[in-house]
Amino acid sequence: MPRFRLPTPSRPAALQSKAKRPAGANGPSGPVETAAEGGIHVVDWLDERTSLSGGLRWMMFRKVPKGTNWFYTLGSATMFAFLSQAVTGIFLAMYYDPSPTRAYESVRYIVNDAFLGEFVRGMHRWGSSVMVILICLHMARTFFFGAYKYPRELNWVIGVALLILTFAMSFTGYLLPFDQRSYWATIVGVNINGTGPLVGPYLSDFLRAGPEFGATTLSRFYAIHMMLVPGLIAALMGAHLYLVAKLGTTAPPWMRAEREKSLIEDEV
Amino acid sequence: MNQLEKEEYLREYALLKAKGKPFFPYAIAKDSAMAVITLIVIILMSLILGAELGPKADPTTTTYVPRPEWYFFFLFEVLRIIKPPEFVPMATIGVPTLCMILLFLLPFYDRSAERRPERRPIATAAGILTIFAMAYLTFLGANAGSPNEIDMAPPADLKGAALTEWNQGRLVVAQSGCLACHQIGENGNHGPGPRLTHIARNLPAAAIAQTLRNPTAPMPSFQRLSDTEPEKFNAMVQFLGSLK
Ligand code: HEM
Repeated sequence: MPRFRLPTPSRPAALQSKAKRPAGANGPSGPVETAAEGGIHVVDWLDERTSLSGGLRWMMFRKVPKGTNWFYTLGSATMFAFLSQAVTGIFLAMYYDPSPTRAYESVRYIVNDAFLGEFVRGMHRWGSSVMVILICLHMARTFFFGAYKYPRELNWVIGVALLILTFAMSFTGYLLPFDQRSYWATIVGVNINGTGPLVGPYLSDFLRAGPEFGATTLSRFYAIHMMLVPGLIAALMGAHLYLVAKLGTTAPPWMRAEREKSLIEDEV
Repeated sequence: MNQLEKEEYLREYALLKAKGKPFFPYAIAKDSAMAVITLIVIILMSLILGAELGPKADPTTTTYVPRPEWYFFFLFEVLRIIKPPEFVPMATIGVPTLCMILLFLLPFYDRSAERRPERRPIATAAGILTIFAMAYLTFLGANAGSPNEIDMAPPADLKGAALTEWNQGRLVVAQSGCLACHQIGENGNHGPGPRLTHIARNLPAAAIAQTLRNPTAPMPSFQRLSDTEPEKFNAMVQFLGSLK
């Protein structure tokens, strides 16, 4: 049964919201609009010169397949843990001194005296464990979902390189506080390295900056830990993410696309 | 995967993707939630577990047991299990390198088109087995006492005080990090130091004591130990002097 209702009376003119009008020929009509226009101008200016918006749209508005679930967040969580390591690492680097005589004291200064020093150092220290756990979970996800198969083989290979580099970060970072534990663990680690065939002894000499654990070993570990390896990781992460966007993320292996009957011609 | 399977996969994938949702904002919302959880976990760990700093590194210490970060425990355990010297490089370098190569090449030897874990029994079983093996080795590594133990029976003719001293010497040597560079019996690393299993054949005890006090780098000197705790030092010398 159709229902009849009286139309609601219109609001008094004083309470009616005024429709926004686009800025006319005589320019924007208020500070907010001026700011908005300014923003658009800046973006347009940048885009005219860089065409970045296309890439951004390509990255952000690509579709992720049906069935994408929480397991697919592990990769980006790994990246986030890496970013957290980078930020906390920068703050630690402001106080850290990689000389064998001063390293330990500078870390002690961070822990005892610097503002929030112990907190930041704790984040960096435990963040490394979190990153290792996340990277392993992410790898397990891609393994059990068969996500390394065609056409994503290369992304798997890049991923394994990232895994090795992450462990290299951990190994080189462990020495830096220069306390007993880090010193002796690293001595043993480098010696183990040296037992390897062919490149083993050379790798150990490279790490130690000489045949013995000496004054420059620490600064070498520091340079590897804060520049060489993170640079490689960042570059490979970029390649990894580019391939993710280019190829798309897999659908969970049990998903099947249902085909529309009308499109299937040759079914008898 | 042959050409047909590749094309089939791409077609199926295109259909699933067309049915999907845009990355922004749907996937990004989940990713951000996960990022927040990650950050909270890191912050909580930092607040609860803190950032302790041990005593300062001292290359001359003689009683420090090296322990790596927990995620290297499995490697550490492999090292403990495999003792014969000719296998040690294989255990420390060979096995990990092999595993890494196998991991790198995975997409090139597992070429079947199937992706569901329950229909790839070999891959799934291998994956689960690897996880359990790593977890087990990590567990063992975490609970292992000192990696520096010397499994060696005292010479049969030792009795009484001499036996006690021998055992103390064995303990001090084991805890002094000697095994990081020397091999004694079945324990310890292959180098850089010489093997000590039969050291007393070439060196009399006095010469051993001399070397301990005044070693060639990178070996740490035990001079301080001999000044402050001579009985420990003498036990070391006695133990090493018995290695014929
Ligand atoms: C620093 C470490 C890494 C970062 C930041 C990272 C990041 C990502 C991200 C954001 C994705 C998108 C899908 C998802 O999140 O699951 C992804 C996909 C992928 N990653 Fe990683 N990843 C890392 C390490 C690895 C490792 C160690 C492997 C394997 C050995 C790997 C293999 C893959 C594969 C095969 C894909 C495609 C998965 C699919 O399409 O479903 N990644 N990665």
